[in-house]
Amino acid sequence: MYDYLWLIPIMPLIGCIINGLLGKKFIKNEKVIGVIATGAVFMSFLLSVKYFFQLLGDPVKTHEQVVMSWISVGNLQIDWGFLFDPLSALMLLVVTGVGSLIHLYSIGYMHGDPGYYRFFSYMNLFVFAMLMLVTGNNALVMFIGWEGVGLCSYLLIGFYIDKKSAGDAAKKAFVVNRIGDFGFLLGLFLVFWTLGSEHGVWTLNFVELAEHGHLLGFGGTAVTIATLCFFLGATGKSAQIPLYTWLPDAMEGPTPVSALIHAATMVTAGVYMIGRMNVLFAMSPTTMMTVAIIGALTAIFAASIGFAQNDIKRVLAYSTVSQLGYMFIAMGVGAFTAGIFHLMTHAFFKACLFLCSGSVIHAMHHALHHAHLDDDAQDMRNMGGLRKKMPITFITFAISCVAIAGVPGLSAFFSKDEILWWAFGSTRGSWYVWAIGAIAAGMTAFYMFRCLYMTFFGKQKTNAKAKDHIHESPLSMTIPLMVLGFLALVGGYIGIPAVLGGANHIHHFLEPVFGHAQEAYHIGIKETLHHSHALEYGLMAVSIGVGFFGILVATFMYMMNPDLPGKFTKAFPKFHRAVFNKWYVDEIYDALVVNPTKSFGTFCWKGFDVKVIDGIVNGLAKLIGLISAGLRHTQTGLFHNYALAMVFGMVVMVAIFVLR
Amino acid sequence: MISVYHYMTVAAILFTIGTYGVLTRRNAIVIFMSIELMLNSVNLTFIAMSRHLNNMDGQIFVFFVMTVAAAEAAVGLGLMIAFYRNRESIDVEDINLLKW
Repeated sequence: MYDYLWLIPIMPLIGCIINGLLGKKFIKNEKVIGVIATGAVFMSFLLSVKYFFQLLGDPVKTHEQVVMSWISVGNLQIDWGFLFDPLSALMLLVVTGVGSLIHLYSIGYMHGDPGYYRFFSYMNLFVFAMLMLVTGNNALVMFIGWEGVGLCSYLLIGFYIDKKSAGDAAKKAFVVNRIGDFGFLLGLFLVFWTLGSEHGVWTLNFVELAEHGHLLGFGGTAVTIATLCFFLGATGKSAQIPLYTWLPDAMEGPTPVSALIHAATMVTAGVYMIGRMNVLFAMSPTTMMTVAIIGALTAIFAASIGFAQNDIKRVLAYSTVSQLGYMFIAMGVGAFTAGIFHLMTHAFFKACLFLCSGSVIHAMHHALHHAHLDDDAQDMRNMGGLRKKMPITFITFAISCVAIAGVPGLSAFFSKDEILWWAFGSTRGSWYVWAIGAIAAGMTAFYMFRCLYMTFFGKQKTNAKAKDHIHESPLSMTIPLMVLGFLALVGGYIGIPAVLGGANHIHHFLEPVFGHAQEAYHIGIKETLHHSHALEYGLMAVSIGVGFFGILVATFMYMMNPDLPGKFTKAFPKFHRAVFNKWYVDEIYDALVVNPTKSFGTFCWKGFDVKVIDGIVNGLAKLIGLISAGLRHTQTGLFHNYALAMVFGMVVMVAIFVLR
Repeated sequence: MISVYHYMTVAAILFTIGTYGVLTRRNAIVIFMSIELMLNSVNLTFIAMSRHLNNMDGQIFVFFVMTVAAAEAAVGLGLMIAFYRNRESIDVEDINLLKW
């Protein structure tokens, strides 16, 4: 029934190979390259849609497809296999759907770039890796995708190879991700070994893990340590405290990359991973609590940094970190469905926001270039009043802004509210997680509207020479904006909670994946709160109120009294500087981790490698040289000496033989 | 009566003379001749012992030694001629290209 499942990830791989091998020398034409890349992802999308609807009408919800055996050693049996269930079906739709829109957008955005073919080749490779990640039927195939997306992230952050800052950001992202990957692998080994040696279940297959995971025992040490290791992996990939610092720097890459990799798909891999291993996580309340608290702290911490950033992409980057924090809150309190739901809506509105910012930067860049100015095209202080110049970009940006702020009726309202309700009412939740989440929601509304006002409203602050050259972007860029804006508007309607009279389709759709663990380990809304609709309405009202408060403050500060932010900065200079410099986290990491590691590395190089290792090797060679310099004097080249030595030797041998 | 000891003594004297020649002479041909002398002293020992022990093995060995000596002499003389063509000499002191 799902015979061609393997085609979904292979399509982008084919696109990647064609463009990567032939793009530079043979195809050359930008249009053809763009169409091949976009088409490859779009075909995957069509196939995903077909299978998605097939799954909707299918009574069996979990389908495995093994393509071939990969590793077969003793007890270890690993296949190249795909898993198609509601969770991966949804992820496939998001990845291929948003992916094809962003590819389409890139055709216009990357126009004229000398690395055009390289860009699309990397993008396709990324989609391939991401699809392997979400469809793999065992943890090792997932790990291939996990590493693959990390590699593509590295390649695309460092896409502008002539910029040193881009290269540095790419390296930072890669190294920080490695730390997380290390945790992921350790967790994998621990689960595999414990399940195998103690319970005789040697498996990395997700279906079998879900089936036999309970053998590890509820709250057991092994499962707690393993899931904490997995979570370390998730913090690396999904930019949570303490490993979030790479994501804001990753904005050095082209904007479509930020939209696809660093907002919509790759950074949600950690959330997906926890969802995929929900049985293991559900068994460790300690880990779940850690996940929820780290998520909450990240949500509020990143939001606070977003207050003072002037680079439009950095604001969005911190917003992404903060929203990912929400998803981890959801995962931590057992609201797996809500987490995946927010992942999906976030993919829509954040991709839209990033693409809008890309559209603005594109326009700004061209205008500034035209006027021969080298002002920063990403600095919001150079923008302002763009809503008349770029109406489509403005409208879609505004819709997404309203959506992320949690205004009722738009997508993020439903997902965010579901998360907050669970944070408060779940058996694994607590009021302080809810409180932090609600405050962060208000902060989100504030900085997003600050961003909106600074970019699109008020006086136009662009240099007068460049002002009139700002135009709306071409159609290939605005169509994805409109589609994503529309999805940001209505995407939430698949998950209207029951209390608002909705059917919560997504909840029922994902039930087969999460329901089992939730039931087995008593994760759900507390019994006492089950019927208190008043409380649910109340909490909803609070979060709506906080959101509107954030919007009002932003309106007051940036629309009505544009001088106010400046005065505020002057009144609290130290505070502002700390926020502006991201709470000096990078500096602290540099001092605590990076520099000691660097000096240790220098020591290993100059102290250990050069002196000890090379010393031993060169010393041995020198010793042999000295010995042979002495010994070679015996090689006189005189026949008589050799003959004498031979006779002498014979005499000695005979003497030994005779006298023995 | 000439006993096997006399043969042994003659062979030992011949062998020592041969060894002395190999060690002291510089002319390659003479060294060759000295080596032949050593081989023949050994042959003499073989024959004498063969007779003394009533065992024919020693005599068979002598045939082999003679054959090998003839072959070796042919190869050795060939080498000498080749060397002479290059260095206009057959003095072993001049064969020293491989020294350090």
